[in-house]
Amino acid sequence: MNLFDIIMPYIIAGLSVGGQYALIAIGYTMVYGILRLINFAHGDVFMISGLVMIYVAAEVPLYISIPIVIAIIMVIGFTIERVAYKPLRNAPRMSVMISAIGVSYLLQNLALYLTGGLARRYPTIPWISDSIVFIGITTRRVTVITPFLVVAMVVVLVWLINHTKTGIAMRAVAKDFETSQLMGIKINSVISSTFAIGTFLAVAGSFLFFSNFPSVFPAAGAMPGLKAFVAAVFGGIGSIPGAVLGGLLIGVFESLIKGADIILGPAGFGIIRTPMELATFSDAFTFVLLVIVLIFKPTGLFGDKPTEKV
Amino acid sequence: MAENVLRLEDVTMQFGGVVAVNGFSMEVNKNEIVALIGPNGAGKTTAFNCITSVYEPTNGRILLNNEVIAENHPQGKMKDLYKGENKGKYTKVVKFTPDRITRRGIARTFQNIRLFKALTVFDNVMIAKHMRAKQNIFTATFRLNAKEEKRMQEETMVLLKEQNLDLYKDHIASSLPYGLQRRLEIARALATEPSLLLLDEPAAGMNPQETQELADFIKQIREQYRITILLIEHHMDLVMQISERVYVLDFGKLISSGTPDEVQNDQKVIDAYLGVVEDAED
Amino acid sequence: MNKNNSSKITAAVLLILLFGLVIFLEQVIRPTDEWAMLLSCLRMGSVYALVAVSMNLLNGFTGLFSLGQAGFMLIGAYTYAIFSIPLDLKDSVYTFYDYSVKISFPEVLGNVFGGFGMITGVLVSIILAGIITAMAAFLIGLPVLRLRSDYLAIATLGFAEIIRAVFLWGRLGPVTNGSNPLRRFTRTSDFTMDVGNTTLTLGTTTIMIIAAACIFVIILLVNSSYGRVFKAIREDEIAAEAMGINLYKHKQLSFCISSFFTGVGGALLAIFMGTVMASNFMAAMTYEFLLIIVLGGIGSISGSVVGAMLFVFASQWWLRWLDSGIITLFGTRYILPNTIFRSGFRLVVFSVIIMCVVLFFRRGLMGDKELPYYWNKLKSRIMARKPKAGESNG
Repeated sequence: MNLFDIIMPYIIAGLSVGGQYALIAIGYTMVYGILRLINFAHGDVFMISGLVMIYVAAEVPLYISIPIVIAIIMVIGFTIERVAYKPLRNAPRMSVMISAIGVSYLLQNLALYLTGGLARRYPTIPWISDSIVFIGITTRRVTVITPFLVVAMVVVLVWLINHTKTGIAMRAVAKDFETSQLMGIKINSVISSTFAIGTFLAVAGSFLFFSNFPSVFPAAGAMPGLKAFVAAVFGGIGSIPGAVLGGLLIGVFESLIKGADIILGPAGFGIIRTPMELATFSDAFTFVLLVIVLIFKPTGLFGDKPTEKV
Repeated sequence: MAENVLRLEDVTMQFGGVVAVNGFSMEVNKNEIVALIGPNGAGKTTAFNCITSVYEPTNGRILLNNEVIAENHPQGKMKDLYKGENKGKYTKVVKFTPDRITRRGIARTFQNIRLFKALTVFDNVMIAKHMRAKQNIFTATFRLNAKEEKRMQEETMVLLKEQNLDLYKDHIASSLPYGLQRRLEIARALATEPSLLLLDEPAAGMNPQETQELADFIKQIREQYRITILLIEHHMDLVMQISERVYVLDFGKLISSGTPDEVQNDQKVIDAYLGVVEDAED
Repeated sequence: MNKNNSSKITAAVLLILLFGLVIFLEQVIRPTDEWAMLLSCLRMGSVYALVAVSMNLLNGFTGLFSLGQAGFMLIGAYTYAIFSIPLDLKDSVYTFYDYSVKISFPEVLGNVFGGFGMITGVLVSIILAGIITAMAAFLIGLPVLRLRSDYLAIATLGFAEIIRAVFLWGRLGPVTNGSNPLRRFTRTSDFTMDVGNTTLTLGTTTIMIIAAACIFVIILLVNSSYGRVFKAIREDEIAAEAMGINLYKHKQLSFCISSFFTGVGGALLAIFMGTVMASNFMAAMTYEFLLIIVLGGIGSISGSVVGAMLFVFASQWWLRWLDSGIITLFGTRYILPNTIFRSGFRLVVFSVIIMCVVLFFRRGLMGDKELPYYWNKLKSRIMARKPKAGESNG
């Protein structure tokens, strides 16, 4: 068996899960760019959209439930911003971050209550869940189409941000909150649309993520959420292409580490004899990456440098 | 010749493509009051920040009591970007953190007052005493430093009395009126036992009477603590009244220096402040 | 000065009375009683109070937004457990590995000095837990303490995850037992003392005393010269640096001390829980402590203690009826509809309450003031009323 055959499945799986992280990461990076807020609840919104999908799909056919889920979650995202973040707009940043953590805590407990703590099976979305053979590897269609879908969505998003009025307003607000307010930009509607876009992408991410991942449980959003945030930091907070690149890289690394014992073992490179159980570190590695980036290039790959006035 | 306390040699500070201070040299002698003036954006505060190591100068050297406290030359990206003067004159790199500069005897105040707002007046000064106290975290926690703590408290009280702040000692710093906040900031700087005091626009926002009081106050602390004072100021009456020498910066460059009278009559200084009509002949 | 001393004496007397009461209750209440919940909540509450206070030292007093608490507690809990499992029981715990730590402090010292030695051994293990946690914090602090506020938060959160992965790693199994739980170390029910013919149970008291002693040390620290410097760093880093304060050194001090006590808190948690499992120390745990200090008031130590007690009592005991749907009011039993009142409802209500505090009472219960402040305020209010009454009479 050649090495290509051993590594390729991991890379493809990694690109797929990385694409899903990228979709969540865009929400983080846009919100942070504008409000300087780590929206800790974003990962939980992602989890809630998985749950809502399960409940809605149990009642109505799939083609109706998808738009319904998108609508419900966007309303939830909008409400969270209005209730939990807007009243704190002039408060210290720490207060807003605490509020975000509070929302995350609330959403997880709500999910725990609704599900009774049991993991729920995610409905099978036809076509994207089908098994296919791609360059000799048997996998689901969703795995293969995710990276392409992500790139397509990002191209559209970047176009929107560069060419629409709202998009220009978003960039202005991200550059200078107060001045753009003075220039007559309706700050609240800009922030709301940012949350709407971020939430929409998180829902899209949840469709793809949970199709590959059999069940939804209350803490299911926490880890992908944190990883997506790391992806956003890695790419340089505020930068959408950076977030996507970060997401894809983290996905691939994570997947390779999950398979490290096989890739490096006798069946692969043959570097290690006995399994090192490196898969334990697949989640932790993301944070190693984070710490390395923060130490050597705190602004990420494409981030702006903040200046402090003395 | 008078003894140098502070000497700047060709200090240049460049941010990206903007040269904020360009080849600036100056000297401050022992027990002098020296003023640094110039229009807004001339680079005065940037020069202060270089002296106190908040910024690392891009090029040049700074000496305190004839010891180098900062030295740098354009490196990395700056090599190509550098637009200042005296490239290649300096080769060494010396840098300290601001706290070590304070330890060596330079204290400062800030243009936009930076007190520890939520703490009391008393604590504000006590914090400045921490650096020179003989204690460690263990003795401090378990009160084995009682003598030292008592000494700090007494010295703080003396200092507050001298500045007429003792009545406010338990007040929260941010609740003080503006003038007193400025005075507290100076008291706090004096508590670090400096040999050189940098005042960044101490009279900002004061009326003529308050400014006059401040002038007397600055002269008084110079005598009392035998320190050297370098100040940035816009109030010309104050500058002319108390300073022995004046340096004038404009667009980051030194355009004039000398006694207040000399500087006042320098055409370049007048132009810098009033602006020159370029095409006057037409 | 005199007045100060008398209030100190009052506080000491009150504390001694409190501990006397706890010792008494511990002898009277049987584990099967309904009131056993009180003791259990007191234990958990004191552990939570200690961790919350040490987190407050960092987040509230030094202004370092750190979210690594779960990771540090994990180190503390594991260190304690590893060094406290009696040797002959180790085989039954490390079923898949050959254990490599061949010492148990409570056992060694207990064999030599009896019950007293056992408690000393537990203390040795607890202190060791604190020291190892502080050492880990020192290493983590080297890179992360130079980061800005929210990056610091996310980096410490990340390190907590890394720590968890390290302890779960199979290769370290001989030390940590991999992904299997650690059990059978000295725990709450082992703290007994024979006095004459009766056996005193002292588990709750021991945990409370250790937690109280640690909190006392933190109070001393906060009110020392170093505490003032920590507050200065919180208020304005640039001004603090201009006052000759070495930012990095003092941040590192605060970080290590806070982590030391968080590690001790982790060890106490192990004693209280009886089993330790790395997979339980999730980020959600850290969030709980953060919400506790917000509830009590960021920058108030007594606030954190009150907040922790309220948090534990409310979530473990007083709001239980929201889950069970059975409530006894004035001797009458009510059964509430189980469509709403079912498992998990308590936590939902609880998180809504916390969100309300975060949004509407941003200063928490106590703001940045301590209990004596409110006590004096109350006293002066009563004092102010008295002369007035006298005036109207005269």
